[in-house]
Amino acid sequence: MSVLLDASARVLVQGMTGEQGAFHAQRMRAAGTQVVAGVTPGRAGVRVPGLEDVPVVNTVADAVRVHGANTAAIFVPAPFAADAILEDVSAGIRLIVCITEGVPALDMVRVLPRVRRSAARLVGPNCPGVISPAQRAKVGIMPWEIHRPGPVGVVSRSGTLTYEVVQHLSDLGLGQSTAVGIGGDPIVGTSFVDVLELFEGDPETQAVALLGEIGGDAEEQAAAFVRSRVTKPVVAFVAGKTAPPERRMGHAGAIISGGAGGAAGKIAALRAAGVVVAETPAEAARLIAARLG
Amino acid sequence: MKVHEYEARRLFAAYGLPVPASAVVETADAAERAAQEFARPVVVKAQVLVGGRGKAGGVVLASTPGEARTAASRILGMSIRGATVRKVLLAPAVDIARELYLGVVLDRVHACAMVMASASGGIDIEDVALRTPEQIRRQPVDPAYGVDDWQARALGFSLGLDGTQVRTFAGIVRGLVRTFGELDASLAEVNPLVVDRAGALHAIDAKLNLDDSALFRHPELAHLRDPTEETPAEARARDVGLSYIRLEGSIGCMVNGAGLAMATMDVIQHYGGEPANFLDVGGGASAQRVATAFQLILEDPRVNVILVNIFGGITRADDVARGILQARVGLARQTPLVVRLVGTNEQEGRALLAAAGITAVRGMDDAAKLAVAAA
Repeated sequence: MSVLLDASARVLVQGMTGEQGAFHAQRMRAAGTQVVAGVTPGRAGVRVPGLEDVPVVNTVADAVRVHGANTAAIFVPAPFAADAILEDVSAGIRLIVCITEGVPALDMVRVLPRVRRSAARLVGPNCPGVISPAQRAKVGIMPWEIHRPGPVGVVSRSGTLTYEVVQHLSDLGLGQSTAVGIGGDPIVGTSFVDVLELFEGDPETQAVALLGEIGGDAEEQAAAFVRSRVTKPVVAFVAGKTAPPERRMGHAGAIISGGAGGAAGKIAALRAAGVVVAETPAEAARLIAARLG
Repeated sequence: MKVHEYEARRLFAAYGLPVPASAVVETADAAERAAQEFARPVVVKAQVLVGGRGKAGGVVLASTPGEARTAASRILGMSIRGATVRKVLLAPAVDIARELYLGVVLDRVHACAMVMASASGGIDIEDVALRTPEQIRRQPVDPAYGVDDWQARALGFSLGLDGTQVRTFAGIVRGLVRTFGELDASLAEVNPLVVDRAGALHAIDAKLNLDDSALFRHPELAHLRDPTEETPAEARARDVGLSYIRLEGSIGCMVNGAGLAMATMDVIQHYGGEPANFLDVGGGASAQRVATAFQLILEDPRVNVILVNIFGGITRADDVARGILQARVGLARQTPLVVRLVGTNEQEGRALLAAAGITAVRGMDDAAKLAVAAA
């Protein structure tokens, strides 16, 4: 099996009438994912070029009731992302993937308690999404072609760095059970720990690639969890060893602040928990291969 | 976005914090006049956005207007960790009995605002957090709801304040939490919060960082950005949607995606080189954006080789190739170029580059080794 996402996903795309939403809705479909509706308030009935057979509706509730949507992909502009998430929660969506970058941190502070009181799982914001190759299921923006079905679970705070490692894994003949981009923001719906717990319980996943970066203490939390609860081999790469302090490195969450959040501390914590830490992305893939024999 | 102390003091005072009167000046003459008006000893403080100004000599006690003038003339123009001091703040000196710490930070793990208080104020709170974490008291808060009075009281009593002081302190906590929530801050801090010898509380310093992602709903705060916090090149990059940070090395980098950009810097160092910059051209990089990125990188005189590392997804490799070719036409100087180009429309992109005599490699490690050899 996979984690978070499988072939039963029926995806609604919030912001499908926009350029990014339309482009990626088509790519998700090309990968074999069922895209059942677009949601743009006030634009019900609009036909999106290339997606003429995907109905656009005004509300998430309509997408659920009429078209059976159970999964959401959010491409709306940042000021509207929190509201899009809350509309999904209230409509009973089970997996919400928020691709949007630049969501205010306090919007997430306001939204997350309501997500956590519901049955919904939020991935992101500011993430590339979730992909389960064997299920032909993709909710997000990652290039489908580089993935293949297999035993490696991938979890990452980054987009293109994930593709880099996935490509190396696939080149070595190692496919992925599920790849999850949890997002580069300081506050995200799903943590490394959440995904590690899912991979640990997933019979298809035999090893985990964890791709961290500077800022915050998500890697330290992951290390503590691996030490106490994870039996499968975990290989990590932590980006930002050469990053200067007090500068935001692209991602809102990637900043070494007041001496905290540096790569060295994260690497030390992961190693102390028995995680093998690679020097380069390519080495991470090779180390996974070595562990899987 | 970091806000200068003198602006943060103004905002904190508007939220009811007991911020002593102060003056901000740009010349020694004006400093002397301001000290005369206060008619008592003053503290002269460098206004810079970096920490450690006290240790650097940027905070001086002046007993007379003449001393204030001398202090200001020494501090103005001083360089503190790379930041040039252009303004100093003068405020009447407070007769300090105790120095406390009070701050509100964004707590990533618990997804809330965390109010932190400590009896060890005045010094680096990160040091306290590392060495004696038990000396920091915390209360989680939902900023949309505000802090409960009992939480503020609990913090106040833990600092050893008496009943009257705790009432004042609770008001300060409420004001600071409101500042944090209403202005979309990532940090709002009073360090130190001073108890004077008469027992009164004074917020004699103010630190405020705002969430860049939330500035769209605070247009009135946009002017608080200090343009000297970034280099002109960094500011220009931000204007066109690029994320660029200049570093010390000689290998210019252009990468799509922040994580891959950091990893590229790390891999360069792994193979013995030093990156000249962090540069994320972003998703869906257009030829125009790539061309601008090239210009920015080459304006750094230390750059003697450029490494382009593109993993096409949304970004199309042929667009990147066109941008590279377009940029090279108008450049003042030619530098060796190493291109790693894979992903969407890879074949088209490589063909375009090959026609111009540029060979693209497929592996990031190979590209980094080539760049290090050429640097």
